[in-house]
Amino acid sequence: MSSESIALTAVREPSRPLGDALYSWVTTVDHKRLGILYILYAILFLVIGGIEASVMRLQLIVPHNHFVSPQTFNRMFTMHGTTMVFFVAMPVLFGFGNYLIPLMIGARDMAFPRLNAWSFWLTAFGGLLLYFSFVGGNGLYGAGSAPDVGWFAYAPLTAKTFSVGHSTDFWTLGLLVSGFGSIGAAVNFVATIVCLRCPGMSLGKMPLLVWLNLVMGAMVLLVISPLTAAQVMLSLDRFLGAHFFDTQAGGSAVLWMHFFWIFGHPEVYVLVIPAFAFVSEIIPVFSRKPIFGYPVMVAATVCIGFVSFGVWAHHMFTIGMNSYANSFFVITTMVVGVPTGIKIFNWLGTMWGGKLQFKTPMLFCIGFLFQFLVAGLTGIMLAAAPFDWQLGNSYFVVAHFHYVIVGGILFGLFAAFYYWFPKMSGHLYNEKLGTLHFWLFVIGFHLTFDFMHIPGILGMPRRIYTYEPGRGWDLWNFIVTIGVFFQAVAILIFVGNLLYSMFKGKLAGNDPWDGWTLEWSTSSPPPEYNFARIPVVRSRRPLWDLKHPEDPDWKYE
Amino acid sequence: MSSTAIPPTSIESQWSLPYKGHVGMACLIAAESAIFTIFVVAYIFYIGKSLSGPTPREVLHLPIFATVCLLSSSLTIHAAVGALRKSNLSAFCLWWFLTLTLGAIFLFETGREWQRLIYHEGLTISTNLFGTTYYSLVGLHAFHVTVGLIGLFTVLLLTLLGKVQQEHSRNVDVFAMYWHFVDVVWIVVFTVVYIIGR
Repeated sequence: MSSESIALTAVREPSRPLGDALYSWVTTVDHKRLGILYILYAILFLVIGGIEASVMRLQLIVPHNHFVSPQTFNRMFTMHGTTMVFFVAMPVLFGFGNYLIPLMIGARDMAFPRLNAWSFWLTAFGGLLLYFSFVGGNGLYGAGSAPDVGWFAYAPLTAKTFSVGHSTDFWTLGLLVSGFGSIGAAVNFVATIVCLRCPGMSLGKMPLLVWLNLVMGAMVLLVISPLTAAQVMLSLDRFLGAHFFDTQAGGSAVLWMHFFWIFGHPEVYVLVIPAFAFVSEIIPVFSRKPIFGYPVMVAATVCIGFVSFGVWAHHMFTIGMNSYANSFFVITTMVVGVPTGIKIFNWLGTMWGGKLQFKTPMLFCIGFLFQFLVAGLTGIMLAAAPFDWQLGNSYFVVAHFHYVIVGGILFGLFAAFYYWFPKMSGHLYNEKLGTLHFWLFVIGFHLTFDFMHIPGILGMPRRIYTYEPGRGWDLWNFIVTIGVFFQAVAILIFVGNLLYSMFKGKLAGNDPWDGWTLEWSTSSPPPEYNFARIPVVRSRRPLWDLKHPEDPDWKYE
Repeated sequence: MSSTAIPPTSIESQWSLPYKGHVGMACLIAAESAIFTIFVVAYIFYIGKSLSGPTPREVLHLPIFATVCLLSSSLTIHAAVGALRKSNLSAFCLWWFLTLTLGAIFLFETGREWQRLIYHEGLTISTNLFGTTYYSLVGLHAFHVTVGLIGLFTVLLLTLLGKVQQEHSRNVDVFAMYWHFVDVVWIVVFTVVYIIGR
C-alpha cells in the first residue's frame, strides 16, 4: 500500500489585501477557521500563563527571595491557574474539536455556524476582560489589580469586605462571559455529532475522537452551569448585599466550595477526555493497527463522564466533613480510576503487536501514556482521605495535577498539533526539531514535576510566596525552577518549527500519515466546503476501505 | 472525487438523524436545568437558616392565579404550534398572542408580589437568607420568562408581517420547547418555595 500523498499542490486562496483578509477572519463562521482562531488564542495565553508560572518559580528558586512582592505572587498563582484552565485548555480543546469533528463525520460545517462564531468571540472577550484587570482593576477607590484570590476564589475571601476593589469582579465576570461561550460551543458539539453524521456513520462507526468529544460536550453543559450559578450568587453577594456565602448572616462559605468543585472536578475530566481522544486517534495510526477494544473505550469514557460528577468533595477532605461523606468520596474517587485504567490497557493493547513508527506525534503519545499513568497513581494516593489530610494543599497536590495537565493533557495536545498541523496548514513540520522539542520538554517536565512531589511530602504548602531556608526544601525548589528553562526553550522550538514550516515546510498532501479517518480524504488544507460529495461510510475506517477494497473493514465489524 | 467504497444507496436513502434544532434546544435546556438546580439546592439548604427577618410563612401568599396563567400558556403554545403545522395561520396567530398575554400576566403578577414584599413586608435580597434565596431563584425564573416573552413578541411581530409560514413550524416548535421548559421550572420553583419552604 502506497503512503504517498495523493495531491502535491497545497490549496492556496489567491492573496488578498490585508484588510480584506483580516475582515474575513473576524467575520468567519467556518468551523476550520474558528478552530484555528481558538487554537491561536490558546497558544497566546499559553505563553502568558507560562510567564506567570515562570515568575512564581523565579520567586521560589531560593528561600527569602525578593523577585516579586507577596501581593504580586498571589496575583500570579490566581491568574496562572485561571488562564491555563479557562483560556488555554478549554479554547484549544474546543478549537481542535471544532476543526476536526465536521471533517471526521463527513459534514460541511458544525450544526450552528453562527453560534460557533459567537461562542468563540465570547470566550475571547472573557479572557480580555479578565486581563483588563491588570490595567483597570483599580476601580474607583484605587484598590485592586488582577484577582489574587486563587483560581477557585474561595469564600469568604471573595466577599466585598475582604476583597476590596474590583479584582474579584473581573475574575467573576470574565469567567461568566467565557462560560456562556463554552456552553454555546458544547451545544454545537452535541448537536453536530448527533445530527450531522454522514450516511452510514452510526454511533458505533464514529471515530473515537468524535465519541469522546460528544461525551465532553455533554459534560460541559452540566459542568459549566454550576460555576455560572455560583458566580451569579457571588456577584449578588458583592453587588446587591445578598448572603449566599456570608457567614455573618447564616450563610455558608463551604457552600461555595461545594458549588465550585461540583464544577471543578468534572471540569478536569472535560479537559482530559479530548486528550484521550487525540491519543486514541494517533496511537492506532502510528502502530498501524486499529484501536484495541473500541466499544470498551466508548463505555469507559461514558462511565468516566458519569462517575466524575460524584467525586467533587475529594477537594474538600480537609474541611471537616463527617466520616460518611469522606468515605463516600474516597470510594467514588477510587472507582473513577478503574475505567481510566482500562483505557490505558487498551492503548497499550493497540501498540502491542503493531508496527510502531516513532514520529513526533507518537513520541508525545508515549510520553502521555507513561506520565498520565503516574499522575493517576498519585491521584489514587490522594484519594485516600487520611493521606490527603497530610498532603492536601501541599506541593504534592500541585505536582499531581500538573503531572496530569502538563504531562498528560499538554503532551496529548502536542501530539495533536504535530499530527494535524500538515492537514491544517498543508505543510510538513520539521521532524528533527519536533523530536528535539519532545526530548527537551520531557527533561524539563520531569525536572520540574517529578521533584516537585518531594517538597510536598516534606511539608511545603501551596500558594506561599517564600519559605524558610534549612527546611530541606531549598534544593528541590531550585531543581524545579531549572526545569522551567528547558520547557521554555522547548516551547520556543515548537512555536518556531510550526511558524517556519507553515511557510517553508515541504508540502504535505492529503494524507501524510496514511490515516484512516475522513479528514485525510480532503486536501490539505481542506476546501471551505470540506467535501464536494458527502461521503457514505460502511466501517470505522472509511479510508482503509477505500485503499483496501479487497479487504475492507466492514467485513469484520 | 468519489468517496464511497461501494455505492450503497440504501444506506443513503434510509439515513435520517434527529433535527438539529431539537437537539440544540435540548442541550440548552440541560445546561439551564443545571443552573436552576444549583439555585434550588441553595434555596433548600438555607430553609429555616435565616438569622432574622420575615419568614416565608409570614409573607408568602400562594400565587395561584399567576401559576394558572403560566401553565395554561403551555397549552396555548402547544395549540399554536399544532395550528401552524396545519398551515392555519390565523389560529396560530391567535393562540400565539394568547400565550404572550398569559406569560405577560404572570410576569406582571410576579412584579406585584415583589412590590408588596419589598415595600409592605420589608423583604429584600439583602434582608436575610430567605430574601437572598427567594429573590435569586424566583428572579432567575422571571428572567427566563422575560427572555421567552421577548422571543414570543418577536415571532408575533414576524407573523403579523406575514413572514411566518408552515415551513417554519419546526423552528417555532424549538422555541416552544424553551417555553415548556420555563413552565416546568416554575412547577419546581413553586413546589420548593411555596409548598416545601413554608
